[in-house]
Amino acid sequence: MHLSHLQRLEAESIHIFREVVAEVEKPVMLYSIGKDSSVMLHLAKKAFYPAPPPFPLLHVDTTWKFRDMYAMRTQMAAEMGMELLVHVNPEAQAAGINPFDHGSAVHTNVWKTQGLIQALDKFRFDAAFGGARRDEEKSRAKERVFSFRSAQHRWDPKNQRPELWRLYNTRKHLGESIRVFPLSNWTELDVWQYIYQENIPIVPLYFTKIRPVVVREGGLIMVDDERMPLKPGEIPMQKKVRFRTLGCYPLTAAIESEATTLSEIIQEMQLTTTSERQGRMIDNDSSGSMEKKKQEGYF
Amino acid sequence: MSLLRFITCGSVDDGKSTLIGRLLYESKMIFEDQLAALERDSKKVGTRGNEIDYALLLDGLQAEREQGITIDVAYRFFSTDRRKFIVADTPGHEQYTRNMVTGASTADLAIILIDARKGVLVQTRRHSYLVSLLGIRRVVLAINKLDLVGYAPEVFARIEADYRAFAAQIGLPDIVCIPISAVHGDNIIEPRGNTPWYQGPMLMEHLETVPVDDDLQAQPFRMPVQWVNRPNLDFRGFAGTIVSGSLHQGDLIKTQSGHESRVLRIVTADGDLQKANVNQAITITLADEIDISRGDLLVASDSKIAIADQFEAMIVWMSAEPMLRGRSYLMKIGYKTINVTVSPLKYKVNINTLEHLAADKLELNEIGACELELDQAIAFEPYTVNRDLGGFILIDRMTNDTIGAGQLIFALRRSQNVHWQEVDVNRHVRAKNKNQKPCVIWFTGLSGAGKSTIANLVEKKLHLQGKHTYLLDGDNIRHGLNKDLGFTAEDRVENVRRVAEVAALMADAGLIVLVSFISPFRSERRMARSLLPKDEFIEVFIDVPLNIAEARDPKGLYKKARNGELKNFTGIDSPYERPEAAEVVIIDTDTLEEAAERIIKVSQHTENLHGKAQSSSKH
Repeated sequence: MHLSHLQRLEAESIHIFREVVAEVEKPVMLYSIGKDSSVMLHLAKKAFYPAPPPFPLLHVDTTWKFRDMYAMRTQMAAEMGMELLVHVNPEAQAAGINPFDHGSAVHTNVWKTQGLIQALDKFRFDAAFGGARRDEEKSRAKERVFSFRSAQHRWDPKNQRPELWRLYNTRKHLGESIRVFPLSNWTELDVWQYIYQENIPIVPLYFTKIRPVVVREGGLIMVDDERMPLKPGEIPMQKKVRFRTLGCYPLTAAIESEATTLSEIIQEMQLTTTSERQGRMIDNDSSGSMEKKKQEGYF
Repeated sequence: MSLLRFITCGSVDDGKSTLIGRLLYESKMIFEDQLAALERDSKKVGTRGNEIDYALLLDGLQAEREQGITIDVAYRFFSTDRRKFIVADTPGHEQYTRNMVTGASTADLAIILIDARKGVLVQTRRHSYLVSLLGIRRVVLAINKLDLVGYAPEVFARIEADYRAFAAQIGLPDIVCIPISAVHGDNIIEPRGNTPWYQGPMLMEHLETVPVDDDLQAQPFRMPVQWVNRPNLDFRGFAGTIVSGSLHQGDLIKTQSGHESRVLRIVTADGDLQKANVNQAITITLADEIDISRGDLLVASDSKIAIADQFEAMIVWMSAEPMLRGRSYLMKIGYKTINVTVSPLKYKVNINTLEHLAADKLELNEIGACELELDQAIAFEPYTVNRDLGGFILIDRMTNDTIGAGQLIFALRRSQNVHWQEVDVNRHVRAKNKNQKPCVIWFTGLSGAGKSTIANLVEKKLHLQGKHTYLLDGDNIRHGLNKDLGFTAEDRVENVRRVAEVAALMADAGLIVLVSFISPFRSERRMARSLLPKDEFIEVFIDVPLNIAEARDPKGLYKKARNGELKNFTGIDSPYERPEAAEVVIIDTDTLEEAAERIIKVSQHTENLHGKAQSSSKH
């Protein structure tokens, strides 16, 4: 009779999707190809079935994603029958911004934060679904499900609307937009259990395979293409690795793992002693770094 | 695995963050890299010297960490093998009442923290009041820092007694008191040997096993339509989340405007469902073409919907701009956003002393009761029955900010467009527990007609059947509740009014109530009838002529009245208005036994009575 925790979370997410579509003019889903995006896509399909989700997907591309991710992107858009918009920041492209020469902070700001803002302005979306979860990081724990952005796309953590019961106030002024997080109350483990339960397709990079890696700043970085600069005489190691989280490949550290199936991943998750974001080189700058990035317009 | 959402209430000094940090730590939810960052931060800005300051783990926003306070609501997650938990971590100071209310709005349980050295404080009362206001029924009183009072059982016992006395006043029903030390981990997961005198559950054990509320599942089906799904001309689905009860394929449902239809399909991406339960987000199709749009309420066909446009409501004000009477706001309730005007503010609550104070405005973080006028009638349930159908937010038209939150308490009787039909499902749940149909059997007739004798026999027979009954007898009530009343017409009206209210309360509690009162006036009997659902009021007229009653005169009252020693005696110098459509009429040739059997039969099959029970047209 009682719903399981995954059923409760699923129902809550579906409710959030429907509320946005019912009240907002031009929503979009940010699709980052990772596991959270896969779960979001699956939930969106459930929310509107038998209709297809009534909004397009937007990928803010940095051109530095893993090759496997690009393959997945093409495949998913075709399967879902949804429009996929890809935005590549032309300024970043012209300037040849990359993590090696410009550092992770500049790379992320220009490609992702500025790229996202450009895309939202260009298409005039007034609400964007994102896959962020409150368990990811401390400042996320206080993020609202419906998070308002000024016309300049800035987030004001001191001025957030209270969210009570299942009631979401979606009213906004012209030019303002909302970032909506249907997975707010999901944890990393919930996401994996749900992927397992629902048999949701994910990028193969989450499963262990022998991959070529080098050590950078203490993390195992996969040599995914020829743009990865190697030190003189350096030969990538062949290691059994997988990824807990996916982003730009030069900024995403792999973990050594034996997990080749979903149930092995879940088992590994339950024994792990490090958090998911440890693999994200961009978060370690300082304790408040995510909060700062978010105020500037980062997801 | 089930899900429990709870809120922790306490102030910085109560060790709230330490407790949550401890729960996360014990359930292995703090990872090594987080622990490393925590150790680093503890040394830098911690308040515990070189020890780990769990509080730093939780205060997410940098401003909060620098000021050492928790400003906002933060949500934490942990799970054990048995349950997943979502914790709303909110600040406890009075100026953050709105944050606590926000966190409490979705909680199934509240942990109220008390510092064992300080006992029940003003803030404890405030937190408890808010918990009760938001309708959280299960409370854990965590008496913390027991290590600092030498784990003394008498300290624990005294605080528990103090708290239970207070909790009874504000109607918090389900309280579990646990002595803990969050810093040292006593009684969180295991006893640790410091409190051998404590036999109750460990905190984590209690959180893992406390029943998740299933009250809503037992109520009739209700689903507000969130979105109409029309992908093509062949499909018209109504999407929403079930807020009470369950739905089967084939069930009859109706809309608030009274249109009925049958559920053809419960559609999901994984195939059609036979049945859907409360809290599930579904899409249904109906057999008939009915005009249904977003915000309409769908309900089980055999249940009633209350619709009104004027309410008494409790409001928590969340904006720096005060709430003023006469001002108009937007109200979002369910999936409707409508205009609402605040009519008189009845009072505001001093949330520390619970006193009601006169007020003409509500300031930030204040709570008050007011009347609301909506510009359209809505289908609703009181908040205490259903949070989704009785909870609302208020929105400022200019800034679009959420400036208040509130609860519908009841519809005002003068409300226009009222098709006010009482829907109080809790009474059915209670009655179901007792395995009986609650009702009020109202005996009316002259003094000496035999009301008490017959009522007494009816009660005895019901009792033998295992029914739970109570007999309210005119003479007995006049010795207690109504001893301040005489026999003037005004006092008789008040006499009956009080008894009627008491009877309605008892029936609400699930009892079969027998009222034996002369109750000479039609209007008061009608009033009594109006307090109860249609099928739950059985008027029994003991129709014995005056001359026979007077000849019996068991108490010698007629004689006194005839001699002028008793004034305003019914039948002599005060009128008795005969019922026009009583459900049962007993005449003087009926035997006692026959009379009692007939009354019982009718009271248990009231559904067949509609034709006869039309005398009152209160609905």
